Amino acid sequence: MHRLAKVFEELAAQDRKAFVTFITAGDPDPATSLEILKGLPAAGADVIELGMPFSDPMADGPAIQRASLRALHAGQDMHKTLAMVRAFRETNETTPIVLMGYYNPIYVYPVESFIAEAAEAGVDGLIVVDVPPEADDELCVPALKAGLSFIRLTTPTTDDHRLGAVLTNTSGFVYYVSITGVTGTRAPDLEAVAKNVARIKARTALPVAVGFGVRTPEQARSIASVADGVVVGSALVDTIAQSLDDKGRATELTASSVLAVVEKLSAPLKAA
Amino acid sequence: MDPIAETPLHLNSYRTGPDDSGHFGLYGGRFVAETLMPLILELEAAYEAAKVDPSFHAELADLNAHYAGRPSPLYFAERLTQHLGGAKVYFKREELNHTGSHKVNNCLGQILLAKRMGKKRIIAETGAGQHGVATATVAARFGLPCVIYMGATDIERQKPNVFRMRLLGAEVRPVISGTGTLKDAMNEALRDWVSNVEDTFYIIGTVAGPHPYPAMVRDFQAVIGQETREQMLAAEGRLPDTLVAAIGGGSNAMGIFHPFLDDASVKMFGVEAGGKGLDVPNGHCASLNGGRPGVLHGNRTYLLQDGDGQILEGHSISAGLDYPGIGPEHSWLRDTGRVTYVSATDREALDAFQLCTRIEGIIPALEPAHALAYVTKLAPTLPPDNLLVMNMSGRGDKDIFAVAAHLGMDI
Repeated sequence: MHRLAKVFEELAAQDRKAFVTFITAGDPDPATSLEILKGLPAAGADVIELGMPFSDPMADGPAIQRASLRALHAGQDMHKTLAMVRAFRETNETTPIVLMGYYNPIYVYPVESFIAEAAEAGVDGLIVVDVPPEADDELCVPALKAGLSFIRLTTPTTDDHRLGAVLTNTSGFVYYVSITGVTGTRAPDLEAVAKNVARIKARTALPVAVGFGVRTPEQARSIASVADGVVVGSALVDTIAQSLDDKGRATELTASSVLAVVEKLSAPLKAA
Repeated sequence: MDPIAETPLHLNSYRTGPDDSGHFGLYGGRFVAETLMPLILELEAAYEAAKVDPSFHAELADLNAHYAGRPSPLYFAERLTQHLGGAKVYFKREELNHTGSHKVNNCLGQILLAKRMGKKRIIAETGAGQHGVATATVAARFGLPCVIYMGATDIERQKPNVFRMRLLGAEVRPVISGTGTLKDAMNEALRDWVSNVEDTFYIIGTVAGPHPYPAMVRDFQAVIGQETREQMLAAEGRLPDTLVAAIGGGSNAMGIFHPFLDDASVKMFGVEAGGKGLDVPNGHCASLNGGRPGVLHGNRTYLLQDGDGQILEGHSISAGLDYPGIGPEHSWLRDTGRVTYVSATDREALDAFQLCTRIEGIIPALEPAHALAYVTKLAPTLPPDNLLVMNMSGRGDKDIFAVAAHLGMDI
């Protein structure tokens, strides 16, 4: 069974919700980033979204854009991101990894080699923000054929008519973006989230995880009460930024402070 | 993949694109986040309805005539022609439009569409500030609040236009992400749009972005070529032989080229910003001559990028050409061979800027100065009966401070 399906099934059996963490690969440098990645499952991550850095992340807020730029300045590229997944898999065979990012670095890799190498490295799914269902033939369908899940974002602007197109070919889980806006900028409105998650779940058997704007254990708890998973990204990336020295380099606190935030935010989901 | 077509295709028509999914061959499309997808589809439906509504065209024609000052003249540059000794050189005087460039053509069309759609707020990105000024102008004319995103670097080198936008009531938001140029301004405008989907209309300034923008902006700019056609027939009794236009995103070039694409006798040259030279890494903005296909800002097109697919900043003396991409239809026209794409360096553009100012009494913007630089090379190789039209897409008042700095003068 695929790692993603297995994790969501096991959590459901325990009546627990998934804690999904996002970090950018190579932020703030390759070694520290790998240390964080390896520590995430023990700190409470059930699923890991690993950002593929891109120079122009149009759908992300300033925190995640700066994380991308820190990683790129430290020499991160797609080869190193895939190598990071391989290194993670040497000691962890169970925690799903979903690569998240934008199309261009995949397009120029190019697509065919990227999909083959990602599957071989132990990647479980892809979230590619700027490839809509209309372009499924060029990335989504080949990824599915290679055994990768293709996780689609649905948003408050995705109406019932469009939801059908978005859910076709979506697999692994559905990522509901809780706000109209970029990552990390606004707090979600729980009532609207609950309504939209219910609307999605009426149309698919896949688990629904909710992200964009979750920063406190209270928010994590309330989102978890209406969804199958909670995604936290900007809060972790901000913690990395705050831990750096005045030259922007990692300190001995970088990995431990990020993992401490993961423990704190995931705690309400573990207690259930 | 080698997209370069060595032999030009022979199509029945080069003017039928894009297809239903917004593609010009491989290029174009709608590569945007899901939040924007419903808005893009709504915009497309609204534009398709406006296109076949005579009242929309009548209102636009009236504004073009009485507000923007169209038609712009087709001017025989007699002294330049004598100086170069070859083709008969005409200028299409888009710099005489209200706001000083061709940008107003597109802004008037889009703000009428915003009005039809009931949108209450206008946003735009700008590089040189010409599109920002044109957007702020039409927003003032229609009484809509307006936010212009502009790279901090560009704000510094285009101060007169920044002041103009503020006088017009627009809020100019400096963009410090990336290196603070046009691509970063476009990222921020897209973020604003994602965050304000209900009431906001995004007026994109060039023939790029997700479908339907490339086709829509082209249609609004095609008035340049349509007028050129009529004016040249009136002046010379036949079509022009050669068209030359500068290319950043490519809107002024597409505007003059498109109505002539199916006239096989008309040769077309798009002039990219060669910056410090095409051989200088990241030293130019020639996406077609120095980039390769990729996906950015909602469309697939030629991009300046590194081996990992990260977008490069590029360099040009002209803030209006300082963009790492290009409209997708240009990418397709390049691959088909219908249009020839060349480049001119900063130095060549500066020389052409001064030449035009001194012998024609016209101060060109640095953007068309690139086109003019190529004309100074091309015209002498052509016979005297070759009718050449260069699109004088903007006036250079905004550039005098930057030019003075490059010439080592203190003003």
